[in-house]
Amino acid sequence: MTAELLRSVISQQRVPYNNQAGALIDAIKAVGEQLIAANPVELAVGNIVRRVLHIIREEDLSLATAAVAGLNLSAVSDDEDDGEREDHPVLSAAAVAAAARSTLRPPSLQTLLEDMPDSAAVPQSSSSGGDSEGKSKSADKSSRSRKLKHDIIEAVNELIQDIATCHEQISEQAVEHIHQNEVILTLGRSRTVMEFLCAAKEKKRSFRVFVAEGAPRYQGHVLAKELVARGLQTTLITDSAVFAMISRVNMVIVGAHAVMANGGVIAPVGLNMVALAAQRHAVPFVVLAGTHKLCPLYPHNPEVLLNELKSPSELLDFGEFSDCMDFGSGNGSPLLHVVNPAFDYVPPKLVSLFITDTGGHNPSYMYRLIADYYSADDLVVQRRPASGN
Amino acid sequence: MEARRTSRIPIDPKVRQVGFFAPGALRDRSQSGPLGLSSSPPVSNISPAGNSLSPVMIPPPRHASDNFVLSRPLAVPVSASTLRPPAVEDRMAVGSYDASELLLGTSASSRIGDGEFSEDYSVFFRRSSSGKFASSLPSGGFDSTAMKINPPAVVRAAKKPAAVIEKSGGAVAEMQNELPTSSKPLKEKTTKAERRALQESQRAAKAAAKGPNSGGNKPATASGAATPMKEKASKAVKQVPSSVAASDKKGGERIPEKDKKKDVPPPRMQFDDKNRVEKAKRRAVVKPTEARNRVELFRHLPQYEHGTQLPKLESKFFQLDPVHPAVQKVGFQYLEGDIVGGNARCIAMLRAFQEAIKDYSMPPEKTLARDLTAKISSYVSFLIECRPLSISMGNSIRFLKNRIAKLPLTVSESEAKDALYSDIDRFINEKIVLADKVIVRHAATKIRDGDVLLTYGFSCVVEMTMLYAHELGRQFRVVVVDSRPKFEGQALLRRLVAKGLSCSYTHINAVSYIMHEVTRVFLGAASIFSNGTVYSRVGTACVAMVAHAYRVPVLICCEAYKFHERVQLDSICSNELGDPDVISKVAGRADVNYLDNWRDKENLQLLNLIYDATPSDYVSMIITDYGMVPPTSVPVIVREYREHLWI
Repeated sequence: MTAELLRSVISQQRVPYNNQAGALIDAIKAVGEQLIAANPVELAVGNIVRRVLHIIREEDLSLATAAVAGLNLSAVSDDEDDGEREDHPVLSAAAVAAAARSTLRPPSLQTLLEDMPDSAAVPQSSSSGGDSEGKSKSADKSSRSRKLKHDIIEAVNELIQDIATCHEQISEQAVEHIHQNEVILTLGRSRTVMEFLCAAKEKKRSFRVFVAEGAPRYQGHVLAKELVARGLQTTLITDSAVFAMISRVNMVIVGAHAVMANGGVIAPVGLNMVALAAQRHAVPFVVLAGTHKLCPLYPHNPEVLLNELKSPSELLDFGEFSDCMDFGSGNGSPLLHVVNPAFDYVPPKLVSLFITDTGGHNPSYMYRLIADYYSADDLVVQRRPASGN
Repeated sequence: MEARRTSRIPIDPKVRQVGFFAPGALRDRSQSGPLGLSSSPPVSNISPAGNSLSPVMIPPPRHASDNFVLSRPLAVPVSASTLRPPAVEDRMAVGSYDASELLLGTSASSRIGDGEFSEDYSVFFRRSSSGKFASSLPSGGFDSTAMKINPPAVVRAAKKPAAVIEKSGGAVAEMQNELPTSSKPLKEKTTKAERRALQESQRAAKAAAKGPNSGGNKPATASGAATPMKEKASKAVKQVPSSVAASDKKGGERIPEKDKKKDVPPPRMQFDDKNRVEKAKRRAVVKPTEARNRVELFRHLPQYEHGTQLPKLESKFFQLDPVHPAVQKVGFQYLEGDIVGGNARCIAMLRAFQEAIKDYSMPPEKTLARDLTAKISSYVSFLIECRPLSISMGNSIRFLKNRIAKLPLTVSESEAKDALYSDIDRFINEKIVLADKVIVRHAATKIRDGDVLLTYGFSCVVEMTMLYAHELGRQFRVVVVDSRPKFEGQALLRRLVAKGLSCSYTHINAVSYIMHEVTRVFLGAASIFSNGTVYSRVGTACVAMVAHAYRVPVLICCEAYKFHERVQLDSICSNELGDPDVISKVAGRADVNYLDNWRDKENLQLLNLIYDATPSDYVSMIITDYGMVPPTSVPVIVREYREHLWI
């Protein structure tokens, strides 16, 4: 998750280079494509790219609407504006408000502009093309583009901040969901879950936590250690004991890798099993996810297409099983396959509630949230790299 | 009445299916029990008759018909009310399997009146389960309701003559046990003297056993004098409750009004009761240190630190003289985890008992049956200290004690020992080895070319099934699902790959990923309870659940001797806790060391469950040595066949 954050931050920091909206969008798309292609399973990267694109569009739009006189509407942005206006009249209003807010804090602009080039020097070269283009165009419309750039940087900044603070915002809601003497089950380790539980603990709620260890990565051990350090009553169980224990559990709280548009969740491996068990015993299955994990894709066969198979060595000791591995060499195909997927897909019907930084939502509401955060144009563009897999 | 009749109809096919599916089974249940392969029914029918002295009991069926006027009315209500906790009325109303079986029993008495009761009870069963029963049903049914209203009266009336008759024969006590088919009801009657003795000893047992039995720790020592009490106490302690055996006894001596109260199966010891635990501790040979970070939810189960007992035990090696060395060895092996798996543990235990019996010499002025039973009980409690018994072990201990109890008094010591020795041999052969073979045959018919079979952990029967199907030339793939902390699946994987089967290996978390391609799930079981719950290694429930969610049939392979009439709904009330330390460490993964000193942390507990309970609705089919049955038929097998074959 931190890796996702880092990467997303990089992708955002490149933004200020590009001044003109259209060129900016192209540049970001190019970078975004590369990023997404680099690891198609890390959906959060794509999400952030889309978010940034959306911000650019919004800012561009808000500027355009502000300058109703329409002195210098570029052809590119004009078209997009029209599309946007029809699609999300409400959103643009919100964006105007956001832009207005951002202008209240001018000092950060300078520092950001100076910071950006340094940090942005690291990422891929693809952005440079966009840069020069953007810069040349920006020459003639300097006044407007400066404003645009400023607003975009502000908004992206806000996005970064949002993502950075999403844990806190989510964990603020903890007391509303955890009552005294509650028994909570979680699997593996997620920082969001950890902070969520700790926030409830700080509010003087006493409850017990069952942590399934989350083989083969055993992140549950880490989580258990952290929770115990915070003074929570923690019991570590094996993954196989989940079904046995779930009947005594009041709530399952887990983190997610990504939330799909249909309300399904791509989650660490094993959670589908937990969700099924929770459904069997009518235990609420709560997924904590920042809005940056909200992915505007509708999953098709996500267990296979959006998964990642890790090294078998996590499951089997190569040294120990080297003799078995050899058996296949005779007839061409190996007799022994080791399957070690990284993620599970939890269908929306198994999820009781999403808690995001904007509040709690039903799985069926996810598509609407997505419309809030992404613009429809970007979905199509991003599908190109996605379909490459 | 109508409800009941309809309820019978679905039962019959299930019962029959048992025989029907068995290849080569001639459906000759009337003569020899359900399967041609399991030849124990005839043996068990004959041997008691052969050994017996009392003329009354020479031909068991004959006896049955003779005494039925007396015994039947007595037996039926008593058995109904004592043996199965649910009240008779309930079952009548519900019209469940039990009700119909009860109906069978009661209608038997009505038939007797008509003089058309067949000599062999099993024949009756059979006949009644085919069409003929329907014709006799009205009268039988009404009788049963009448019976239900005034069981005490009937029982009392019937009891007196029964008792009188029984007084005459010395070996009558044995006789009741030996009635092959209807033994359970008949066992209820015992001679008055016997009854009184038992009653007294039970009272004593209750006083004492309530205390000591809480430990699974040496309850037997508590009882010095009265052997039945010993037996009972230890039985109560057994995780594997011999509730029928115990309640049989209980039910037998008490007058029926009290029966309902006594019905409650012997309480398993609850480790949250401090008094009992303390008492038990004082008696224990193995003195385990209590775990420091105990899981609150499982305070009722023993939570001890593992790996600490053995040195202590070894130091005590010579003080353990009451325990036979063979038994001792097996106990240590349990303790160390050298012998795992229901069948392996059971066989090891029985072999050890065999040794012990061989070396046993009867002390003077004691009866063999009682003394040996006491001995066995003490061995058993020793084994319990090493590791709680599995259901299969409990059942086989029950079998052994039954055999001992049924030894005729006149048989010489060496003969008795020989008989027991061969009984145990027979048990192992028929109930475990042969049963496995039958199961493998059945299960292999469910494997088709192109199948992808999923299995979890390491079940011997499942392994044999796959190897057998492979030998038959079936083309299939195996997915071995494994889990922490035992990684039993790796052993299975190694063996299957060595035989040239194509395998995939994964861990339990990925089971929903792999389930897409799977066409059958084969699982083993430690026990199957009469509500269809499958009690097996932890994680089985998860696998079955995911398979159910993906519409993949789940086949459970389990020998019938592991069936148990207990019912269980969750995995919490009764379970076994393993060593928590193995959870904190991951074999072969030195990097996972976050919890190295977890014991110092007060708030952290590690829970290592051994078993879990799979709800019956996840199970498509249970493959036993009696054929392939749905989980709803488990109580039928438990009731009918168990009684046929063992007693």
